[in-house]
Amino acid sequence: MNGLATATLWQRELVRFFRQPSRVAGALGTPLIFWLFMGSGLSGSFRLQGSAGVSYLQFFFPGTIVLVLLFAAIFSTISVIEDRHEGFLQGVLVAPVGRGAIVAGKVLGGATLAWLQGAVFLVLAPLAGLHLTLASGLAAAGVLALLSIALTAIGFAFAWKLDSVQGFHGVMNVVLLPMWLLSGAFFPLAGAPLWLSLLMRVNPLTYGVAALNDLLLQPAAAARAASGLPSPGVAVLVTLGLALVVYAVDLAVTRGGRVE
Amino acid sequence: MSAVPAAASVPAAEPAVEASGVEFAYGERQALRGLDFQVAPGEIFGFLGPNGGGKTTLFRILATLAPPSRGAVRVFGADLATQAARVRRELGVVFQSPSLDVHLTVAENLTHQGHLYGLSGRDLAGRIEAALARFGLTARAGERAKTLSGGLRRRAEIAKSLLHRPRLLLLDEPSTGLDPGARRDLWDTLFDLRGEGVTVLLTTHFMEEGDRCDRLALLAGGEIVALGSPGELKTEIGGDVVVLSGPDPAGLARDLTARYPDLAPTVGDGAVRLERERAHEFVARLVEALPGRVEAVTVARPTLEDVFLRRTGHRLYDLEKADDEA
Repeated sequence: MNGLATATLWQRELVRFFRQPSRVAGALGTPLIFWLFMGSGLSGSFRLQGSAGVSYLQFFFPGTIVLVLLFAAIFSTISVIEDRHEGFLQGVLVAPVGRGAIVAGKVLGGATLAWLQGAVFLVLAPLAGLHLTLASGLAAAGVLALLSIALTAIGFAFAWKLDSVQGFHGVMNVVLLPMWLLSGAFFPLAGAPLWLSLLMRVNPLTYGVAALNDLLLQPAAAARAASGLPSPGVAVLVTLGLALVVYAVDLAVTRGGRVE
Repeated sequence: MSAVPAAASVPAAEPAVEASGVEFAYGERQALRGLDFQVAPGEIFGFLGPNGGGKTTLFRILATLAPPSRGAVRVFGADLATQAARVRRELGVVFQSPSLDVHLTVAENLTHQGHLYGLSGRDLAGRIEAALARFGLTARAGERAKTLSGGLRRRAEIAKSLLHRPRLLLLDEPSTGLDPGARRDLWDTLFDLRGEGVTVLLTTHFMEEGDRCDRLALLAGGEIVALGSPGELKTEIGGDVVVLSGPDPAGLARDLTARYPDLAPTVGDGAVRLERERAHEFVARLVEALPGRVEAVTVARPTLEDVFLRRTGHRLYDLEKADDEA
């Protein structure tokens, strides 16, 4: 019964998304505008250490995809708060369905949407002058899937605990956006002051961004060492670990305490 | 060839709901102060009381959304706290705030609901079709829930809650926000369900709804102040209810007490209120005996409001007002 419940909640996330065109526009439009304006504006004054020939627009592209995932995850987990306010959630909570099925349906539904949006950007990568093979494209899609689950699960944990969309915006500005800013998406790890680079290394999102950079920008091993990026294996493992840990946190917060 | 009498071999019907010593506290504030009641299978049982009296808290406990701080509730024998999954399969829940997803169509809402209860395929399709037909929603099945009127939404909510054929239907303030026609509809449905053997438990703050229940409990200040059928509750009011208004209600009450020591009049809302059998005869004598003191008289059969007033010393709506201001 829980499999069916998960599937039905997952499907609902997708149907709701495509019925609200403003959500589609907001999720794809904002990062695109960021990428175009910031990327173009900074292109003239930016030179990546050790990777001559990579323009800022190119460097910023993988980070923009992660921003797409982040926005998608934020928007879809805000729906947890809406579900609570609109009353849909209470109907689910009184059904003979384990909390695990609710987490799975919501997080995987949100992650699927995030992944789809990220994939749209990924397909556009060649337009930004990035070289994509079938193998690197598929590998990147896999990294996007892990990141989508991790980011949606992070959003879910906050959304489950928070009462208001306003409160969630606070979390977004204080926690989620700084995580993205310090992930190497916006500026590279190499060249950051020591205290900042320490923060960036502690930030689990850094590793997903690094894995994506590695696949899309394809820096040579020497360049990677200079840029301070972790090796692809470590990057993927840390991202997988992040997804699993936050998912476990989601299971814990839905079981504990608050039952409304 | 058993000689055991039939009555002994048939166990007494298991109560649909059995609550003992149910308490609930929000931090320091005690919302429920030890409720004991039983709901028999197949009856319509109401909780009538002011907002803030504990109805919604009790509803949330019965719906398995919050465990009681103390005490126990059994639903068809299953303990609410330890066997929630079993209880949930027996429960249909209609919340006061709608639980429909407004972005989905009526049929989609029902489909998701069915899936949550483990229904699928042809069985589910058949149930949805039957539910839509029963509640007059067939023509609206493909429309988004947000386009439905309040009455239709409530019908869709009930259709949704009945899809898995629960034995106990819980409704929180089901009439709130409905126009009189939709309210009549709702009660027709509840009576039909009772006819099919479904136990119905609802909360309300409308007196006239309390009258339609088979039995009801008056809930105020987190306690059950009276419990019984509407008829039983009203018989505790001796005879009729008389309300006398005049220029000096307090003085009038004093004089009445002096003249008829067993009358026990109460003063409130600028009028004197008393209970008396065969009140019409009494009133005629009274008005003659106290010329000029009484400007208007009403004589009425007792209502649940009178029962409530007698048991709590407050009118239902006064308590609600006090609660709003608090």
